[in-house]
Amino acid sequence: MITKRIIPCLDVRNGRVVKGVNFEGIRDVEDPVGLARFYNESGADELVFYDITASFEGRALFYDVLKDVAGQIFIPLTVGGAIGSLADFDRALKCGADKVSVNTGAIKNPSLISEAAKKYGSQCVVLSMDVKRVDGRFTVFAKGGRENTGIDALEWAKRGEELGAGELVVNSIDTDGVRNGFDLEMLEAIGEVVSVPIIASGGAGCAEHFVTLFKSLPKVDAGLAASIFHLKELGIQALKHTLKQNGIPSRII
Amino acid sequence: MIAVVDYGVGNLFSLTASLKHLGLENKVTADEKEIKKASHIILPGVGAFADAYKKLEESGLADLIKEEAAAGKPLLGICLGMQMLFDKSYEYGEHKGLGLIKGEICPIKDDLKEPLKVPHMGWNALKIVRESPLLKYTKEGEFVYFVHSYYAKNCPEAVIATSEYEIDITAAVDRGNVFGTQFHPEKSGEVGLKMLKAFAEAGR
Repeated sequence: MITKRIIPCLDVRNGRVVKGVNFEGIRDVEDPVGLARFYNESGADELVFYDITASFEGRALFYDVLKDVAGQIFIPLTVGGAIGSLADFDRALKCGADKVSVNTGAIKNPSLISEAAKKYGSQCVVLSMDVKRVDGRFTVFAKGGRENTGIDALEWAKRGEELGAGELVVNSIDTDGVRNGFDLEMLEAIGEVVSVPIIASGGAGCAEHFVTLFKSLPKVDAGLAASIFHLKELGIQALKHTLKQNGIPSRII
Repeated sequence: MIAVVDYGVGNLFSLTASLKHLGLENKVTADEKEIKKASHIILPGVGAFADAYKKLEESGLADLIKEEAAAGKPLLGICLGMQMLFDKSYEYGEHKGLGLIKGEICPIKDDLKEPLKVPHMGWNALKIVRESPLLKYTKEGEFVYFVHSYYAKNCPEAVIATSEYEIDITAAVDRGNVFGTQFHPEKSGEVGLKMLKAFAEAGR
């Protein structure tokens, strides 16, 4: 049986891993290469690497760091951040990414999803969506959660799957950084309308939040988190033992 | 030296990084001389069967690989590379493969009763069916990483390991010096690295 995946997410700016609360008030954490190696060794099932660098120099540095990370970890690696063209896909893949995650770039140009899926295969294309409740409706936000697109999240998830995205990362802006648990209501609503794997993101504060996530939403395939792992408040293997004790299939090394 | 066959398909970064990490000399190449000179050959691959096989054939590498395998050189096919070792595939029509292993590649979806997700994607545990040089360092129940929608069927002689996904998915095969893994050893952490090491030691 396929195990539920546990995925640490590394937000990288200017060569460092950072973690914000509700996308603001970003704090510096650690060296991404060292951190990636640590996760590889501690049994993370996958790593996500987001480029949140603004400047051109920062972007070049990001790809250097990505190459370093990819050369030293031997688990699947997803790369995202400012992916707007097939050339961006190509560059990320050449630097060692296994999957590429699109967000704002796909909102601006949805055919990016279909073109990339055709060229690299759906398994390579991850649609990442930042979602927030606006007037009681799940709404897609762009530009790292700063811009309300007015797009309905359920419609966008369906569209993304139709266009060929192989996986969805659903990040709840409402629960991000709050550490009160995943946004079960949002994940359930989106899970109802798609059949591709869903990676839940935003709100993990302890092992029990992952147990609740996988127990109450069997359709969710993976849980993604950042600070709780980076700050070493929760070890990956400890989390997986807790999952296993609760009858959730988990890869223990 | 391990020759990683380059026929314009797939991302070879993690594979070459894994071999490098293991201290195994390797070259990504489409050059006949280099492939002939190599001690081992790895045939990678992602994407659709027909496209990939066509590229392999047009580049003249299909015949070369068959000859080298027939001469006893250890060959490892990974993912679609493994599928191409078989007689034929039913991915969008019927297409012939290298014919180094008896059996065929069929859609997973057709054999599932429950509505499990396809592709079969993620980490799954290995059930060892029979001993093989490829599994020298592999233990029952260890996890490897899969991404695929088609799987090898009707190949009981070749199967060395399976993974359970309601049905038994062919995970790894061998026929003499010809090996294949449906999963990606280069993305399967320590377990996968050890398998690549075992392959590099095969035939010695």
